[in-house]
Amino acid sequence: MDWSPIFISMKTATVSIVLTFFLGVWAARLVVMAKSPKFKVIVDGILTLPMVLPPTVAGFFLLLIFGVKRPLGRLFLEVFGVKIVFSWAATVITATVIAFPLMYRAARGAFEQVDVTLIYAARTLGFSERKIFWKIIMPAAMPGVLSGAILAFARGLGEFGATAMLAGNIAGETRTLPLAIYSEVAAGKMSAAYKYVWIIVAISFIVVVLMNVLAARERRGGRSRRFKSGQDKKTENR
Amino acid sequence: MSLQAEIKKHFSGFDLEVSLHTDQGILGILGASGSGKSMTLKCIAGIETPDEGRIVLNGRVLFDSEKRINLPPQKRKVGYLFQNYALFPNMTVEENIAAGLTGSRKEKQEVTERMLRLFKLENLEKRYPSQLSGGQMQRVALARILAYEPDVIMLDEPFSALDYYLKEQLQLQVKAVLDAYKGDVLLVTHSRDEVYRFCEKSMILERGRVVSFGSTKGIFKRPDHVTAARLTGCKNLSRIRRLGPHQVMALDWGISLTTKDAVGDEIEYIGIRAHDFYLADRAPDERGKGSAAQSASLREPEPENRFACRLTEELEQPFEKDILLMPCSDQEKERIWWKMNPDRYCQLDGFSVGDILQVGVRPEDILLLKA
Repeated sequence: MDWSPIFISMKTATVSIVLTFFLGVWAARLVVMAKSPKFKVIVDGILTLPMVLPPTVAGFFLLLIFGVKRPLGRLFLEVFGVKIVFSWAATVITATVIAFPLMYRAARGAFEQVDVTLIYAARTLGFSERKIFWKIIMPAAMPGVLSGAILAFARGLGEFGATAMLAGNIAGETRTLPLAIYSEVAAGKMSAAYKYVWIIVAISFIVVVLMNVLAARERRGGRSRRFKSGQDKKTENR
Repeated sequence: MSLQAEIKKHFSGFDLEVSLHTDQGILGILGASGSGKSMTLKCIAGIETPDEGRIVLNGRVLFDSEKRINLPPQKRKVGYLFQNYALFPNMTVEENIAAGLTGSRKEKQEVTERMLRLFKLENLEKRYPSQLSGGQMQRVALARILAYEPDVIMLDEPFSALDYYLKEQLQLQVKAVLDAYKGDVLLVTHSRDEVYRFCEKSMILERGRVVSFGSTKGIFKRPDHVTAARLTGCKNLSRIRRLGPHQVMALDWGISLTTKDAVGDEIEYIGIRAHDFYLADRAPDERGKGSAAQSASLREPEPENRFACRLTEELEQPFEKDILLMPCSDQEKERIWWKMNPDRYCQLDGFSVGDILQVGVRPEDILLLKA
């Protein structure tokens, strides 16, 4: 069996999730902290777009940005000597762009669910806005953020359409697992395809289990936190 | 130690326009839900920003719309006790208490230990808020505020999240702590018992405006505004038409009444507290009911104001009886609440629902109210 799609996918998904995580959290923080409602709506729309567009359309736009004849693509080629299109880097770029909206929305949702009185209380106690983000908001939002990250990882791993457009389907270089499955089936080699399919199924299953574990922890911790950091109706007599 | 605040903030629906000052002691802020009590506190804390105004705490200007000064909450040195306590769920009790402290680890530890002792929270310091009872959470929240040594403490309905039995106990504890605290305190509540118990001075808010301000006991005894009367528990309020310097027609009851004080032009309502009624002379065809000895001892000095009412309902409570009366009239009128203490129940022996009573009230018990 050709193991290269597995290695390629693992490398791509790992690098991509690190980028996606930080970009998503940073963008979510930006939008949540923004004061202008118009800003929030417009920026949110733009950042969510890659999730809503068909992957081939997203890939098309990425080609428009990174193609060798385009400004950014030419910059990379001439200054760094790197051709983005049809390179492994392109698999990372597409996986990140496609997975980013998932990470951003999950993080934003988790941040907005944090009890606002906690933030007010922290402010009256002298906490700087940065301290509030790292010590109050992030810990409270962590289960939601993590489950978003896991989902984003799985999405990045499964990316096909945009990857095919920007990175191509070059065996041994940019042929990720989804692309490999497609190629094997197109060539009629079902048994080879099966092996790749089972690997993805196994990874997806682990993803789902992890997300459920985190969701349960958020529900348990979240419910008792939201009740008990505040109103507790079942008081003991003390 | 003093706080002066003038706050104007515009909302769709009503405008908040509050002017208050404190000078030691606890100031109560009483009002119905939505009257602007919490918003006032939030403006003082810096969590919300007024459209106009000036807030000065112990000589420091926290907010001045003209000079464009607006200190963030972090710099105001205010203590705010939220209704839900707002304990940080990811921190232990001791971490919560130390949350606002600056200084060396040793200093923080000393202050934390002192607070744990003061609020009887020893042995709980490593617990998380989700493992505490409501009363414990409130004590931790207060400890966190006191550790911070703010210049003013603001409590936003601190007892409304607690059940009845716990409330009374905690009120005593909190009162002890507040009495020892040297700064000013603002207590927002919708409970008249709390205001009476804690606050020498109070102010009453209605739809964003201050309608009464002064000594709490004074406001309760002689509220001069219909909202103050209502919030301090006066159940019988009626619009009036002035008939003379000491004479009014209570429009909601269809009764003409004589008052002790002169009725000025600004008086639009009267109020009669539910305990201030008397059974007057029996109606001619009711004579003979009730024993003569009882009626003799209970007959109060005949009140000037007498009117006929039908007894519509008797509501028994654990320690008092509520009688609902409908003034006799050909039109639909508002009913009157009469609260009676146990020693006077026998006045109504022989009377049952549907009977007509002659009810009286003394002129000095009629409250004259502005609106």
